[in-house]
Amino acid sequence: MGCKTSVPCNATKKSERCKCLLRAALLIQRWYRATMARIEMRRRYCLNIFQSIEYADEQAQLQLSNFFTFMMDHDLEMTESNFSLAEFERRIDVPDSYYGPRLKFPLTVADANALLDAFKKEELLHARYVLQLLHETRRVLKEMPNITYLSTSYSKEITVCGDLHGKLDDLLMIFYKNGLPSEKNPYVFNGDFVDRGDNSMEILIILFAFLLIYPNDLHLNRGNHEDYIMNDLPKIGSDFKKFILQVHGKVILYLLEDVFSWLPLATVVDSKVLILHGGISDTTDLDFLNLFERSKVREHVHVGLLLSSLKNLAAVGPHEEDSSRDPTQKEWQQTLDILWSDPRNQRGCIPNKLRGGGCYFGPDITAKLFERYNLKMLIRSHECKQDGYEIGHGGKVITIFSASNYYEDGSNRGAYIKLNPDLIPRFIQYQVTFHSAHSPPRINTVEGAALKALREKIYANKTELMEAFMSKDLTGAGKLSVSDWAEAMESVLQLELPWRTLRAQLARLSADGRIEYTSCFYDLEIEKPVEEPSLVETLCKYRKDLEMIFNFIDKDQSGLISLEEFHHTWRLFCAHMGVETDDEAIIKLANTIDYNKDGYIDFSEFLGAFHVVHRLDKGK
Amino acid sequence: MGLIAEIEKKITEAFEVFDHECNQTVDVREIGSIVRSLGCYPTEAQLHELLAEVEEEEPTGYIHLQKFLPVMTRVLVERSYQPTPEDVLLHAFEALDVNKCGYLTKEELVKYMTEEGEPFTQEEMEDMLSAALDPETNTMRYKDYITLMIVDDV
Repeated sequence: MGCKTSVPCNATKKSERCKCLLRAALLIQRWYRATMARIEMRRRYCLNIFQSIEYADEQAQLQLSNFFTFMMDHDLEMTESNFSLAEFERRIDVPDSYYGPRLKFPLTVADANALLDAFKKEELLHARYVLQLLHETRRVLKEMPNITYLSTSYSKEITVCGDLHGKLDDLLMIFYKNGLPSEKNPYVFNGDFVDRGDNSMEILIILFAFLLIYPNDLHLNRGNHEDYIMNDLPKIGSDFKKFILQVHGKVILYLLEDVFSWLPLATVVDSKVLILHGGISDTTDLDFLNLFERSKVREHVHVGLLLSSLKNLAAVGPHEEDSSRDPTQKEWQQTLDILWSDPRNQRGCIPNKLRGGGCYFGPDITAKLFERYNLKMLIRSHECKQDGYEIGHGGKVITIFSASNYYEDGSNRGAYIKLNPDLIPRFIQYQVTFHSAHSPPRINTVEGAALKALREKIYANKTELMEAFMSKDLTGAGKLSVSDWAEAMESVLQLELPWRTLRAQLARLSADGRIEYTSCFYDLEIEKPVEEPSLVETLCKYRKDLEMIFNFIDKDQSGLISLEEFHHTWRLFCAHMGVETDDEAIIKLANTIDYNKDGYIDFSEFLGAFHVVHRLDKGK
Repeated sequence: MGLIAEIEKKITEAFEVFDHECNQTVDVREIGSIVRSLGCYPTEAQLHELLAEVEEEEPTGYIHLQKFLPVMTRVLVERSYQPTPEDVLLHAFEALDVNKCGYLTKEELVKYMTEEGEPFTQEEMEDMLSAALDPETNTMRYKDYITLMIVDDV
């Protein structure tokens, strides 16, 4: 048992007793520490799973976002987004039957409270007011510099919040604990207000409303997600979608994108504390960042190349190339760096390959920037932290993250910073939760969610995975060694995860210690293969994208698109995906897709179409 | 792939979960978690011996995978630090339960865990109490506790 200490005792019996107690205690301690370590390991790899999938998805979403931006640029309806407040009022009627908030511009605290009440009750804001709000927000933001300089004079404490990601409950929690924004209660929201959570629009509306009421005390910094509006579309509840987006959806989205591009890039407090969303690089130039026209940077990656190839292929008609509206390489690079970078402990600055944008910056980079601009602290967000915040680079870099339970109920706390005039940060943590926390079960919920997300991804890549498995299974036994299986998983899914550690949750072992690889695709609880695997697999992979595209083409949100609309959009989509298109074949295809021959394509016909083309293409 | 190579891969995977900067090093304070998550149950003393083998001559606070891998491989091959079977664990609790009532009082638990063997830190003690104690009676029903804490083997 490894008991090394001797216990001074008088009688032999007593000594025996002492030794026994000692051994027992030691054994329990040993066991306890081992158990806690294994729980910690599981917590870590859950986070790994979520992060890998999240960042991998983000890259795919970036591409789709570019595609939609291009499509919107060519739509003539966009002129609507430049109406004045009065024109919106004249053109859009709000019926008497609407009981939601009715905003009056200029906004007052009463309007803000009405909005908060409405959203707490899950009510909606009418499209006219959304448009007016966005219009006014854009007007106000345009007048702001790229970097806002604040001061804590008048002994004001400034509250800094991190990513909210559409989680309204967390914003309400912050307001509950810390009070609503006002001249006496200034706030900085550090980007990523949208995506993932269910209430992105509500959060934006609330933040913009307070911005209009207290423009000198409510500050918004742009995050890397203030760009992906199209991706949020399916997550907006279907009622909201029908009601709000029926006629005005695309205008709202276009205006939103414009507003996002006008969000300031950074805030500086007392000339000493720099607040921005992602991080810095070794070339970050705050003077440059403060001067260029920030709204030019609208897409973040692979801008020029993709857009120009789409424009060539689509041939949508003569279109003025306004290249002065495109950002220069430096403008684009500098913005990307501050919105996407992450700090790390190693010195130096290397490209951030996990994210596909920005860089990893070390403590020496931070020190250099601080010296150059006489700074004391960098507050950033962008990364989920278990405690809601994290301090790095010897106290110089603080990460603040305000969306609790970001990945799953129980995954992390949220936090905000109170910065006093001495510029010493105070951290307030919270967690929005609906049942009491208890250590082991909580891990199970988070782990369950992580594994579910991972299994979905596995399922969506079934064809490629089976190909990889079978190519390693030379005897056709249906089994692979653990390491062959792990290799295949990693190379197809492109996720760096501890596959051997996860193996028990993902695949079955046969008696000879090898993995039965088809068991990856079974629901391990039910142990039964799902019917029609290939259609389901395709749907899993492209479902979100296809739903977005369908909704976009379906202008009147009737659930049907005409064959010409389909054809037109299909060509653009194929160009984006890099698939060859053949006009005649597409028309024929469109007619085949219209299964019930009513001249229109509904969503299930649409999915079927995509599935067919995807498989045809694979066969080439 | 041979057994040794397979073991090395498993160790590397576990190591990488804690390797935040993807540079083949981990904070020395995480080594305990890594070793234990690989299915080993060392005492603190044994862990310190292990650390001495994998640390640099001039301790930097970081452990390199290069040094860790051969040592850990040997540990796994030799099956050192075997886990505690559930029944042995139960006997250990029963040994502390002098009155044989099926539970330990908070005072008893704190006394044994912080004064005997390799004492818990205050944090460890608080963590255990928060999960183990029944708040109404302030006692730990150890049989139930063991069932609650059994972590599935992966």
